Amino acid sequence: MTRTLETAGAWLLAVLWILPLAYALWAAFHPAEFSARFVLTAPLTFANFETAWNAAPFARYFLNTIMLVTLILAAQLVLCTLAAYAFARYEFPGRDIAFALVLVQLMVMPDVLIVENYRTMSQLGILDSTLAIGLPYMASAFGVFLLRQTFKSVPKELDDAARVEGAGPLQVLWKVYVPLAKPVYIAYALVSVSYHWNNFLWPIIVTNTVNSRPLTVGLQVFASTDQGIDWSIICAATLMTSAPLLVAFLLFQRQFVQSFMRAGIR
Amino acid sequence: MNRTAAQVHGWLLLLPTAVLLAAFTHYPAGATLWHSFFSTPKPNRPAVFSGLDNYRAMAEDPVFWQSLANNLWFALGTIPVSIALALLMAIWINGRLRGRAFLRLAFFTPTVLPMIAVANIWLFFYTPQYGLLEQLTGLFGLPNHNWLGSNETALGCLIVVTVWKEAGFFMIFYLAALQAVSPNLYEAARIEGAGPWTIFRRITFPLLMPTTLFVLVNAVINSFRLVDHIVVMTRGGPDNATSLLLYYIYDVGFKFWDSAYAAALTMVLLVILGATAVLQFGFLEKRIHYR
Repeated sequence: MTRTLETAGAWLLAVLWILPLAYALWAAFHPAEFSARFVLTAPLTFANFETAWNAAPFARYFLNTIMLVTLILAAQLVLCTLAAYAFARYEFPGRDIAFALVLVQLMVMPDVLIVENYRTMSQLGILDSTLAIGLPYMASAFGVFLLRQTFKSVPKELDDAARVEGAGPLQVLWKVYVPLAKPVYIAYALVSVSYHWNNFLWPIIVTNTVNSRPLTVGLQVFASTDQGIDWSIICAATLMTSAPLLVAFLLFQRQFVQSFMRAGIR
Repeated sequence: MNRTAAQVHGWLLLLPTAVLLAAFTHYPAGATLWHSFFSTPKPNRPAVFSGLDNYRAMAEDPVFWQSLANNLWFALGTIPVSIALALLMAIWINGRLRGRAFLRLAFFTPTVLPMIAVANIWLFFYTPQYGLLEQLTGLFGLPNHNWLGSNETALGCLIVVTVWKEAGFFMIFYLAALQAVSPNLYEAARIEGAGPWTIFRRITFPLLMPTTLFVLVNAVINSFRLVDHIVVMTRGGPDNATSLLLYYIYDVGFKFWDSAYAAALTMVLLVILGATAVLQFGFLEKRIHYR
């Protein structure tokens, strides 16, 4: 009895949770006159996607976002690996203080330092560029922390054995540590990509032309100015911008959930 | 390898991260404090030292106080509900309920969608006259109500969106923790004749405390960090009823271009985040038993 009630409750909440997405799908694939009328006989259409795609430079926005997440992820992977290796396996003066200073970023994220970081980007003369969006996020306390934990769990003997065979520090890192941390890298990459694909406030501040705007900012410009309020077209644009992540999530659901889990345990 | 070489290597490995962190986390945090004691530079008048003027202006700025109050209500509205829902979702999915795959999919999907995108969808839910919520309340014969346009309901509407977006994300951490709980404990409790509620209260909940702390800290940070949906849905209005602290900073810094005042406001945010950190590491962590 309680079990049935529980199942019913869970399903009710789940349906409620999926409703906004279901609605967006409905509106995007039906003509505008059905955006608030739910009749099963409403004809399906792709026209909203076509209109949206042609109404704003979404191709360029896609390119910008892909370049942005690639740039950030590449830099993060390299920098975090090096720093995590230093913290996990090296003794050097000031290490503990340095580690504490790294962890500060977990609390004071670039997201809240918008005013001063904008000033810096303007002084560097790189406003309105993919680099300016990415720079504050390239060193990641979260990534350093995650990889440090992983590297610490690698048996010291493997490290020593590689060194006895004459491998230098970077070779040991590349041959011993990195391969063993592969699941953590995948987890971190998924979290990072979805974070930066979705990031909005900092990008809207540092970008002001089509050349650097990522999808999220492009979508906002599109929905607030270019378009008036045609819900079907806004929903189509909304789905379009989220589609790559959404499709990847649906295909690799288990990996996504496990990656987020792995990234959260400390 | 000798000691000095190891020390040099250690610092060299750390160097790129240290430089970037110093440039984009530590320096801006310090510069925020510094600039908050100056006036905003204008084209014909450079910044001059103004002591506590910005802070005095802040103390007399009703919009600042309202944004701060809004932010506290926003935190109070989002944090407990999203944590409770996250725990409930995790327990449901961890239990052997029918259709777990669908449940997990439904709960987690909001997490992978951009806030900016879902805010656009929710905007339509709340639209006056022909929005979905209006149609629904209309069915029950309730009068029209402008959900995002009225002072009483606008912040509540944003809280709902935030809870919807975050609960599934927090659920993941509970799910991971639940899967680590040994089934023997439940077994033993059942033999002792404990009911489901007792088991939850005496076993599951205490064991999940570290996770709850982790989620709580994240939820607090998010409630001061996440303002994407405000840009889309209300722009802080009506009458600043939905202006949160970071949104107000964004407004002051990038609409009025008053960078010095924005720096003073940012200091408040930094103090709040710092206090959260102190509370987490100094107080809460000592009181919670780790596995």
